Amino acid sequence: MGNHKKYWKSEAELSADNQMITDLKNNEFPEQLPIDSFNAHKNSLHNSNTNRRDFLKYLGFSTAAATLASCEGPVNRSIPYVVQPERIIPGIANYYATSIADGYDFANVLIKTREGRPIKIENNTKAKVKSSANARVQASVLSMYDSLRLKGPTKDGQETTWKQLNENIAAQLDSLKNSNSEVVLLTQTFASPTTEQIIKDFTDKYSNIKHVVYDSISDSKALDAFEIAYGKRALPTYNFSQADVIVSVGADFLGDWQGGGHDSQYVKGRVPIKKGNKKAKMSKHFQLESNMSITGANADKRISLTPTQQKIALAKIYGYLFNVKVSGSLPELIEISLKQIVKQLIKAGNRGLIVTGIDDVNAHLLTYAINDFLKSLSFNRDRLSLIRSGNDKKVTDLTNDLNSGKVRGIIMCGVNPVYTLPNSKDFISGIKKANFSLCFSMKNDETASHSKWVAASPHYFESWGDNEMVSGNFSLTQPTIRPLFNTMQFQDCLLNWMGSSESFYDKIRANWENNILKNVSWNQALHDGFYETSFNKLTSNLKFNSLKCAELLSKARSNSIELVLYSKTGLGDGQQANNPWLQEFPDPITRVSWDNYLTVSKKDAQKIGLKNQNVANGALDSNYANIKVNGVSLKVPVIIQPGQAVGSVGLAFGYGKINSVKKEMQVGVNAYNLYQNFNSTQNVEINVIDETHEFACVQLHNTLMGRGDIIKETTLEVFNTKKVKDWNAITNVSLNHIETPVNSPDVDLWDEFDRSIGHHFNLSIDLNACTGCGACVIACHAENNVPVVGKTEVRRSRDMHWLRIDRYYSSEDTFKGDNTTKDEISGLSDSLSVFGEMESPSDNPQVVFQPVMCQHCNHAPCETVCPVAATSHGRQGQNHMAYNRCIGTRYCANNCPYKVRRFNWFLYNNNDEFDFNMNDDLGKMVLNPDVVVRSRGVMEKCSFCIQSTQAVILKAKKEGRPVEKGEFNDTCACSAACSTGAMKFGDINDDQSEVFKLKESERVYHLLDTVGTKPNVFYHVKIRNTDET
Amino acid sequence: MASHYESPIRKPLVTGSKSYHDVTVDIAAAVEGKANKQWWIVFSIALTLFLWGLGCMVYTVSTGIGTWGLNKTVGWAWDITNFVWWVGIGHAGTLISAVLLLFRQKWRMAINRSAEAMTIFSVIQAGLFPIIHMGRPWLAFWTLPIPNAYGSLWVNFNSPLLWDVFAISTYLSVSLVFWWTGLLPDFAMIRDRAVKPFQKKIYSLVSFGWSGRAKDWQRFEEVSLVLAGLATPLVLSVHTIVSFDFATSVIPGWHTTIFPPYFVAGAIFSGFAMVNTLLIIMRKVSNLENYITIQHIELMNIVIMITGCIVGTAYITELFIAWYSGVEYEQYAFLNRATGPYWWAYWSMMTCNVFSPQFMWIKKLRTSIIFSFIISIVVNIGMWFERFVIIVTSLHRDYLPSSWTMFSPTFVDIGIFLGTIGFFFVLFLLYSRTFPVIAQAEVKTILKSSGDNYKKLRDKNG
Repeated sequence: MGNHKKYWKSEAELSADNQMITDLKNNEFPEQLPIDSFNAHKNSLHNSNTNRRDFLKYLGFSTAAATLASCEGPVNRSIPYVVQPERIIPGIANYYATSIADGYDFANVLIKTREGRPIKIENNTKAKVKSSANARVQASVLSMYDSLRLKGPTKDGQETTWKQLNENIAAQLDSLKNSNSEVVLLTQTFASPTTEQIIKDFTDKYSNIKHVVYDSISDSKALDAFEIAYGKRALPTYNFSQADVIVSVGADFLGDWQGGGHDSQYVKGRVPIKKGNKKAKMSKHFQLESNMSITGANADKRISLTPTQQKIALAKIYGYLFNVKVSGSLPELIEISLKQIVKQLIKAGNRGLIVTGIDDVNAHLLTYAINDFLKSLSFNRDRLSLIRSGNDKKVTDLTNDLNSGKVRGIIMCGVNPVYTLPNSKDFISGIKKANFSLCFSMKNDETASHSKWVAASPHYFESWGDNEMVSGNFSLTQPTIRPLFNTMQFQDCLLNWMGSSESFYDKIRANWENNILKNVSWNQALHDGFYETSFNKLTSNLKFNSLKCAELLSKARSNSIELVLYSKTGLGDGQQANNPWLQEFPDPITRVSWDNYLTVSKKDAQKIGLKNQNVANGALDSNYANIKVNGVSLKVPVIIQPGQAVGSVGLAFGYGKINSVKKEMQVGVNAYNLYQNFNSTQNVEINVIDETHEFACVQLHNTLMGRGDIIKETTLEVFNTKKVKDWNAITNVSLNHIETPVNSPDVDLWDEFDRSIGHHFNLSIDLNACTGCGACVIACHAENNVPVVGKTEVRRSRDMHWLRIDRYYSSEDTFKGDNTTKDEISGLSDSLSVFGEMESPSDNPQVVFQPVMCQHCNHAPCETVCPVAATSHGRQGQNHMAYNRCIGTRYCANNCPYKVRRFNWFLYNNNDEFDFNMNDDLGKMVLNPDVVVRSRGVMEKCSFCIQSTQAVILKAKKEGRPVEKGEFNDTCACSAACSTGAMKFGDINDDQSEVFKLKESERVYHLLDTVGTKPNVFYHVKIRNTDET
Repeated sequence: MASHYESPIRKPLVTGSKSYHDVTVDIAAAVEGKANKQWWIVFSIALTLFLWGLGCMVYTVSTGIGTWGLNKTVGWAWDITNFVWWVGIGHAGTLISAVLLLFRQKWRMAINRSAEAMTIFSVIQAGLFPIIHMGRPWLAFWTLPIPNAYGSLWVNFNSPLLWDVFAISTYLSVSLVFWWTGLLPDFAMIRDRAVKPFQKKIYSLVSFGWSGRAKDWQRFEEVSLVLAGLATPLVLSVHTIVSFDFATSVIPGWHTTIFPPYFVAGAIFSGFAMVNTLLIIMRKVSNLENYITIQHIELMNIVIMITGCIVGTAYITELFIAWYSGVEYEQYAFLNRATGPYWWAYWSMMTCNVFSPQFMWIKKLRTSIIFSFIISIVVNIGMWFERFVIIVTSLHRDYLPSSWTMFSPTFVDIGIFLGTIGFFFVLFLLYSRTFPVIAQAEVKTILKSSGDNYKKLRDKNG
């Protein structure tokens, strides 16, 4: 290139007109080719049997034949597009805005589809409400590819056709109408304006049809209370970001309380940011509860109280606030705390908020009264949450009416009463008595298997729908794939029976275009997935006697152990029990997967004789408790739960499902059997059963052992008033006996290289913002084709999660206390005993969550030890893992201080031993084609979602531009799934990126910085608002 | 080499008034005679164990490492414990044959052959583990720097595991050559005595045409010396490098600069114990009491005692340094070793390795054959526990308490370990029936100076 040197052979070349030179130039072969001598043997050549051409032919043929014979190409049966759909480009993902409304979870989401198949769920962050997908919603993509789904309608368990089903049902409905026998439509909460319209039309046409709404985990008492207080059967909405003091009496509002989704607002008030000289602020959160919930785990002050005590406490708070005397007694320490809470509430004024999860109308009424009194800005009674509307009484009546023969037909949709009703036997006998029963279900579940007709329903990815989750906030559900099976939507069936020629889609579109959308086109609304409009505010004022409520509440007494039924982050109400991701998802609090269990306080456990122990390989075992509620008994394994209120026990819904659930996923016990009168609190008798239960718990050690540099924390007061070095000092290490900061180049073994060129990825994790909800864990699972290994393997500490959320309990009352205890150890005998004691958590400990994934160390210990260089550092800061190169020595995992590397102990795909989604053709559809499925014998770990960062880079390259500022923000699945902003991913060489700004924060620290690994993941010091003021 | 004078105060190394011919006959007896019943019984047991272990290995390779008891926190346990244990055992052979040769320790002549056979057989066992512990052992050759078509793909010279590959393979090859060189005159002796044509054929092959010329002997001596010189650094380097697997890591309990000398001492310690175990039986079974005398056993016991003290010092130094470092993770790692859930492993190690060799201070005990035998077994149990303690108790509770867990072996872990013990004894038993188990050519060189009859003769006649 650029070289103009001329080489010459003789000086004759320099003269341009030399004849010889010109001849040479024009004649390529200046000497005659020796054709003559070659042809001299013409005869012999002709006579020979094999001439040159034949020889080449034979050679060519035999080479080709040998090659063909030696390798058999794998046969992949694929069908090419004859006409390629316009929007589907192989390798490019399409996103569709939609919403989930399965009766328990409601959220606005985006569906990522690849080559026409949905593979992942993302938050629809543009939506104003319910824009975050929790762990269950994140996992719902896998439920679509559930191999046990119903493939078509059935009658008495035999396949039938839709035509037959529809004609038959329509005929039945007509005949029952003529005989004026009652038919009941038992459905989930749809919160869908168009569905409501269709049901209204339907009940108008068939006057004998009654619509009953049933929420399997009922919020009926809260609804009743609101109806009493404000005259409308709905729930108020809460904006936790507007509260400076939050008091929760038994409300797990970071979990599934009243439909969930409060976490992002809550966290807005929980991350202290100093602006200039102004002191940073954060809300103060008091939690009074029985079970240890993630809400309690995040609270500044958590008081464990039994449900009865909670009632009294709530009444007392009311009493102190309104200056009235309420009866009932509580321990003195709790009284003091209550007074303190009230003082804080008064001080906060309209920036105070009280919420409750007590299953009692009076409790809810009291919180309404208190919030009204405080004029709480966070309590919004005008704007209603419409995602719960079940009515306990109507459901109870229905069972009776079915048995008495009053109701002659039943149509069910989105509910599974045989599984979720405590008196399911009565219900079964009831539906057997009816003239017909029809169940709309995706699975042949408990209810479907007892009803005469089963209408196979589509997954919400295959459905149309609309909903209004919060007044004025409308969302659309649109199909993202053609129905996989011969399914039909409930609404379409209703229209069919009414003889309408319109489809549900036509109805939705007409309804939206005529009644909902203003100045926005249907296409735009469908594109966005949501639409916000004005709504009618409630105008009525409080109209009830709150004092009476307080008196009634304060009279609560209980002389037996109280059972508090709750829903787990993983399985919720149990709809997705056949979803292996959710089964393997460790509970944020207990870290137990594949089970539900009775949570018991240490004191009660000792009294009753319930035990937890670890076997030789560390795995957790327990004996069983036999719990008895009004004659119904259940045999349940036990977890001794720090923070569990003495006198209370907890048990989660959603387990113990058998029908249409794969063998390995038939785990746990069905807590609905004890959910009598839809009351989540029950009085129980507990006996020990001396049998061993084997748990699959991913975290076997619960305390932090005083290791304050793993979780750095401080209080708001210190954060605001002290210098950084007092609460987030850089660790010193010894260099020739001189204390040297660990980030000094002098203590660095390696030559630093310039990381300021190109991209450099970092992940920021704010311990104040992380609630431990676990949506990131499932998002990571889905994005990275992480295998599910099953209960026995998790039990052997072989879970494959690339991202885990460590949960620690303090051994003393606080983590600060732990550090002091450890620092005060003196002498050998002291250290022997104290470290032993620190292994067990305190009775009501502080809790902290810490998401840990590969820290992508710039000086990675794993990289130096791999003999074959299968793991090495990328130019952009990632610690790469070349699966193809890995020979599986596991040295890297041993040498990882964070223990984030996961080994493929077995072949987890196409292996009947691991019969989860990677073992059947349908389940494999969920796999992300951008991420390789690992074979056995190789190590794997978090890659910082390199497939996504690389996609951004390639896109920019293709478009011939540099990567734009902030384009990498949240390309990681975990940070994209995080609804609270606890995780932020991006390029720190881009000064516009969020992560760049976060890195400048004085709260930043690196995990185990003394090891000198220089991670690319950084954490923010946890600030607790625990100062007594 | 052999000097013909030995101080009269030194005890004779060959007893029983042996002549040159007696030596030949005694040592060839095991090869020429028929195996007795005990041999067959022991051999059958060893073979069964070996086949069982082989089955376990096949199961591991075909199904996955998941058949072992390992988990996400403890990525190595019995596999690498066994590896280090076997490598350690191997060390005595080289020390005896090479280092003691350079130091002109004549007593080594009776035991070096078997000690070195033990080295080779145990290095073979050791070598199995790094291969089968891989998730994908069929790709084990990727650890070798073989030019390939994968572009610039090369091994990682930073990795101690790679150093292991070189260290172990060098060790095995040098030991093998050294051993075989020493065997040549002895094989030739058996060849010359052989009457069966097949036997003669085989021994002529393996003796590489040894003719017993002066030139042969001269070269033999030279090569022996050169190889001894080559092998001596290996005694130190191999286990030093093995210890680097741990010492260069960042895990508390592994990240320790004391490891190289500590590992080498431990290796010699366990190797001598294993030599004692094997020879105490062999001298009895093969009637070699006159060659492997109480004095030999006593000398080895002294080595065991000294190396045991070194190892004990190392253990205590570790504890001291952990405390002195002021690093909380380090302190906890050692506290956890001694008092954590694996306390029993730590105290088994301490009892077996530090306390039990102290009995050897007592002359009566160190010259007792039964006692020496028991201690030799105890020491090897202790040394196995040492590696288990280092590997498992350091890993199972390292930095983040959330990942803390425990390890317990499966039948496959146990099966493979027993399998290698079986394999080792299969090889050793076959060796004892087919190889001259004592370097008779060398023993003959000291017969005139250290044979009891000759010593007596010299005493009498001055």
